[in-house]
Amino acid sequence: MELADIAIKFGLIIIIFLISLVIAMYSTYAERKIAAFFQDRVGPNRAGPWGILQPLADGGKMFLKEEIIPTNATPFLFIVGPSLAILTACIGSAVIPWGQNMVIGGKVIPLQVTDINVGILYIFGVVSLGVYGVMIGGWASNNKYSLLGAIRAASQNISYEISMGLSIIALLLVTGTLSLGEIAQQQHGWHWNVLYQPVGFILFLVCAFAETNRTPFDLPECETELVGGYHTEYSSMKLGFYLFAEYINMFISSAVMATLYFGGYNYPGMDWVAAHVGPIAGPLIGTAVFFAKIFLFIFFFMWVRWTIPRFRYDQLMDLGWKILIPLAIANIVVTGVVITLLN
Amino acid sequence: MESLSNKKKQLTVKPLNFLERAYLPAIVSGLAITMKHFFKKPVTIQYPEQKREFSENFRGMHSLKRDENGAERCTACGLCALSCPAEAITMQAAERQKGEENLYREEKYAAVYEINMLRCIFCGLCEEACPKEAIYLDGDIVPSDYLRKDFIYGKDKLVEAPLNQ
Repeated sequence: MELADIAIKFGLIIIIFLISLVIAMYSTYAERKIAAFFQDRVGPNRAGPWGILQPLADGGKMFLKEEIIPTNATPFLFIVGPSLAILTACIGSAVIPWGQNMVIGGKVIPLQVTDINVGILYIFGVVSLGVYGVMIGGWASNNKYSLLGAIRAASQNISYEISMGLSIIALLLVTGTLSLGEIAQQQHGWHWNVLYQPVGFILFLVCAFAETNRTPFDLPECETELVGGYHTEYSSMKLGFYLFAEYINMFISSAVMATLYFGGYNYPGMDWVAAHVGPIAGPLIGTAVFFAKIFLFIFFFMWVRWTIPRFRYDQLMDLGWKILIPLAIANIVVTGVVITLLN
Repeated sequence: MESLSNKKKQLTVKPLNFLERAYLPAIVSGLAITMKHFFKKPVTIQYPEQKREFSENFRGMHSLKRDENGAERCTACGLCALSCPAEAITMQAAERQKGEENLYREEKYAAVYEINMLRCIFCGLCEEACPKEAIYLDGDIVPSDYLRKDFIYGKDKLVEAPLNQ
């Protein structure tokens, strides 16, 4: 690997890292603004024009707040929890293909940090690591509410990971590869996987809500029952990291959904556009389309949050084990039969 | 047994049909409802910048009036303080000196006139009690402040601005 390649990769990593942080930051603003619009309110509008600087003000507040570590907490694990949460949230973006390869001066620049051939498994691994952040943080707090929230998070993530994995298996039968880069390439134009796997997509969507602890599955931080859930004892930027991790997770899972089911950077008529605007602008437009899809998914996450009330915990488990898993298995069987018959 | 009022109604709980049990159609209709609200104009009034119109008989902050020559009308009779159910008003009377005829209308005036805005209930009994038409609650909403002592409004805040000659 040449030095230039390393520099390019490094630059790409930094850009993606910054983008995911900025998007997470502005997701908090978007969430409050969108919530306000759904409830016929105005939303934050004091910091800067239309409240644009609100995330900066919130971040500054978080940094300046007093750092509190409860006496009976385990200090090391108490700090490891949020660190792990934000770490696992940030490394998920490594395998996502952000755009087609760009050719600048005869050099091919892939807009993907690394196209490992088990990309989906990597995402799954990272996502399942994410629950450790919540689990360790809730446990180290030495507080019954935190512990309950953490246990809820753990069991919820484990249950929904199963149906998520099963829904992915049906997708893999269609695509024949685990590499996210190849999956995105296969959906050239309008051959989006959601057209072949609508049930799988709905399953994946529901599981993504559960995995990111978003309403209607936000029981780990259920305020009405558990004070603050797993981050009851957290203050200052450690709390900020938990909240931040949630929004980054939302961004990453939106990106994964857009890549797996909604064609990633592909859009109808992309060949015509690419032929007309050249080899640099073409992939960039694809990337812009990809981000538009991501933002639509983030909006959908928020839309659902301000529409549907929280599930009861037994209903959540019923849905995961008794409905989603059988449905996912049936989806695999039907997909397999159809593929065998068509071949 | 026959019900006396005949208003009793036998209700049956129908089991949910498949679509209702599937829950997804309900979610979709819920999403449609929230989306309708998304495009509604918010009813918020941005308070310090925008103000809702007050009714004509709105009772806001007090003002001590001047007469047509710009002299203070208040004679420190104390009827307002007497009528005040919240005991928010205190005053100290003083005698008008020679040469102050253009400042005070009558021979006696209020040297100190204080209203505790934290006690005031804005009932308007003081303006009804005043025989000299000197006090009216025709001002704005009393602004917020940080210290209790700053809510005791003296003559500097209460007396109307002098007439422009």
